[in-house]
Amino acid sequence: MDLIRIKNVEKKYKNGVTAIYDLSLDIEKGSFSFVIGGSGSGKSTLIKMLYREEKPTKGQIIVGGLDVAKLKNKKVYKLRRKLGIVFQDYRLLPKLTVYENVAFALEVIGAKKDEIRVKVLKALEDVGLKNKIHNYPDQLSGGEQQRVAIARAIVNDPKLLLCDEPTGNLDPDMSMEIMKVLEDINNNRGTTIIMATHDRDIVNTMKKQVITLKEGRLVSFKKKGTYYNEAD
Amino acid sequence: MKPIRMLARSIRDAFKSVIRNFSLSLASISCITITLIIVAVAIIASFNVQNFTKEIEKDLTIVVFLEQEATSSDIKDVETEIKQMDNVDTYSFQSKQDVKKQMQQESEVFNTVLSNWEDDESPLKDTYQVKVKDVTKIGKTADQIKEIENVSVVRYGEGMVEKLVSAFDSIQKVTYGIVIALILVTIFLIVNTIKLTISARKREISIMRLVGASNFTIKTPFIVEGMILGALGSVVPILITLFGYTAFYTHFNGYLFSQLIQLIKPEPFIYSTSLIILVIGIIVGTVGSASAVKKYLKI
Repeated sequence: MDLIRIKNVEKKYKNGVTAIYDLSLDIEKGSFSFVIGGSGSGKSTLIKMLYREEKPTKGQIIVGGLDVAKLKNKKVYKLRRKLGIVFQDYRLLPKLTVYENVAFALEVIGAKKDEIRVKVLKALEDVGLKNKIHNYPDQLSGGEQQRVAIARAIVNDPKLLLCDEPTGNLDPDMSMEIMKVLEDINNNRGTTIIMATHDRDIVNTMKKQVITLKEGRLVSFKKKGTYYNEAD
Repeated sequence: MKPIRMLARSIRDAFKSVIRNFSLSLASISCITITLIIVAVAIIASFNVQNFTKEIEKDLTIVVFLEQEATSSDIKDVETEIKQMDNVDTYSFQSKQDVKKQMQQESEVFNTVLSNWEDDESPLKDTYQVKVKDVTKIGKTADQIKEIENVSVVRYGEGMVEKLVSAFDSIQKVTYGIVIALILVTIFLIVNTIKLTISARKREISIMRLVGASNFTIKTPFIVEGMILGALGSVVPILITLFGYTAFYTHFNGYLFSQLIQLIKPEPFIYSTSLIILVIGIIVGTVGSASAVKKYLKI
């Protein structure tokens, strides 16, 4: 079954730049895909359209049964509750502890305290940070902070996890640590993962689905891909 | 219950935020305080103007002089006619004899002169004193009364009254205008101060949106915060109203400049005014924060 259906999507920004030209793509439930391409290839735009930070100018995007392009601003939260998002810059709240940062995602959607406790501890265990729940973000390494962000993204058991260059700020060792965590989430929780990256080594090591974009067009979509040279 | 839990969370967060961002809260509160003091003064002034306008209007009377030779049945006829008029509120009758007595009491000179006249040669006339419901139509009513048979002269302080009425009318309009303008200015200032508080929490709002908080959930703590700031900002203006106006009233013994301008008694006037100020403070805080947060809730 397809979790995401992208049909003839075009994205033109207000300044006249077209980021995506006529893109059609289906992504299966439970899959792990990389979106690769150089700067300006449209990979960030694609991720942003999936969580409706941006709206497509033309075409249709269906995520988990929701028509993203037609979603009203007021109803965006319905989509966001179905997915988790991880960014290059972690986006944690500096004044909250690790536990509070992860719990924040459940508190704002009105979950019960007991439920929050169980889910937060499970998520932090999954990313291997159960021993640091009372630390503040600035007491953690970059890789650890990113793992907190991943825990926050998966705490609500989303169907889809979107990652926009999650290893962009990390050294190769830490990057592989993060990839291990993501692979475990994909295998154990069955979460569909889409990750935008330009890290050649990661893509070649992981041997997952690879979507290659170049200048806003789909170049290739391979089931077990490696870093495609066209992407450079 | 989920909605109650969410509301409790909003209120808790709002109080936390007022304390956590204390310097910005203080800025908003003092801004509300200063403008509300001016609003309070304007409200007190406008109610007092309204009050003494009414007092003066109450004293305005049309005096209807009847013809010298009017008989008692003629007098009755005039009464029925006056009674029927729409704008007539109350009226009273004063006969020649009553007027004579009154004048005799007023001065010695009148007394000696008037005593020489017999009733039938008295130059005095029977009068009706008429009070009207709507002073702005006093001229028209006076004209109507003049048309009645056996009415000789009608007096109501022509010219003077019209000027006074229109002057009071414009004073009232001006004070209302000032109050409304001040409220708008306060809202504008609050919007900007609260925007500062919110922009310091932009990151938090954007993360809330990312993890799927509804706009309502994001907005409510800020709106509650605005209400709290508005209520806190109205404390000093209310104290000034309660104690300041009472002191002012006692200092002037209830009259301003002359016996003509009577001040409103402090109780219960100061309580209703305080309530109005509190309500304005809360509304201003709420509207201000609601419109300030709106900007951050677009995509």
